[in-house]
Amino acid sequence: MADMFRLKVVTPDRIFFDDDASMVELSTTEGDIGVYREHIPMTAVVAPGILRIHQDQEVKKATLMAGFVEILKDRVTVMAEVAEWPEDIDVKRAQEAQARAERRLANRSAGIDIMRAELALKRALIRLEATAK
Amino acid sequence: MATMRDIKRRRDSIQSTEQITKAMKLVATVKLQKSRVRAEQSKPYFNLMYETIRSIMQGSSNIRHRYLKAGDSPRKAVIVISSNRGLAGGYNSGIVKLVSSSLPSELTDVYAVGRKGRDSLARKGYAVRGDYSEVMNGPLYQDAADLTELLLGEFAKGQIGEIYLAYTAFKNTVVHNPTLVRLLPVEMEAGESETKDRAIMNYEPDDETVLDAIIPKYMSSLIYGALLESAASENGARMTAMDSATNNAEEMIADLSLQYNRARQGAITQELTEIVAGANAIGG
Repeated sequence: MADMFRLKVVTPDRIFFDDDASMVELSTTEGDIGVYREHIPMTAVVAPGILRIHQDQEVKKATLMAGFVEILKDRVTVMAEVAEWPEDIDVKRAQEAQARAERRLANRSAGIDIMRAELALKRALIRLEATAK
Repeated sequence: MATMRDIKRRRDSIQSTEQITKAMKLVATVKLQKSRVRAEQSKPYFNLMYETIRSIMQGSSNIRHRYLKAGDSPRKAVIVISSNRGLAGGYNSGIVKLVSSSLPSELTDVYAVGRKGRDSLARKGYAVRGDYSEVMNGPLYQDAADLTELLLGEFAKGQIGEIYLAYTAFKNTVVHNPTLVRLLPVEMEAGESETKDRAIMNYEPDDETVLDAIIPKYMSSLIYGALLESAASENGARMTAMDSATNNAEEMIADLSLQYNRARQGAITQELTEIVAGANAIGG
């Protein structure tokens, strides 16, 4: 397997993922990217989205909320503030968060923090998307 | 010479104190184990973060970023991490001493995490701007991120020129060092790093934006690591302090037991002498 690279996903609390991968997909502030081995060295800021780790035939999904990614030729390091596997996500809670955020955005009169509500909505949607099979 | 009753009372009181210190030691030991694991688990994130920032700094030599130079204000902010509860030996006084010897009280704003440090620094005349003592009961990454956001806001407004962090670094169970580090402007110790494949690092969208996003995360990770290390140090310090308190109590109890037995023997001897003397007087 010549075209594998080392992928590390680290969060403040633990090493989330540390294994070889053939391809990884994630969202950055500049758009979604897919990274193979021998990518040009790059550092980018991570936007909330889904991380897809391709290993041989298998694809692993995880949510990624904020952080940045450092890409080197044979190594990719994702520094994530929050990362979760789908099985760790509480679907019910995410649905509730979605409803709450949508309601907030619907009646934006009462001086609420719109940015914040939008971010909360986005997080909820990403979590739901990651758990959907 | 103290009477038997006095000695007995004193010994009982020391005995109950010993029970308390013994229990506290056990609790601190369990907590130490837990907080130590957490502190160790946060290490890789911080180390990687540090490496990344350093390679960015070295890769792009002439970046001018607002977080890389001191602000115009002469005021300094310091986050002081201490404990909410006492009986932890020199843990709190160590950190307070460090802050008061390195930062002048009239130019320093204190953001306190931990009640003990807050109170002693306030007594010494420091302006306590914020109090986040409840964080110490269970530090979360979000707490560190909130603190970072607040301080960066103050920095951007020009209220403060530099940001420091005072915490107790955890080396091992018995060695913990009060440490003061500068968070902003960011300082990196120059060192050999693997610049070979990093020299042509690209930044998306550009290096300034990336630094803008990374430096707050770097600060948060530093603060978070410091919170966890301090929690481990606090429990370590308490464990050691309570251990020696228990030993001292045991020593005192042994001393008092000896005194008590001597007093008891003395009393019996005296009583016997009195009886014998009384019998002699009657029979004589």
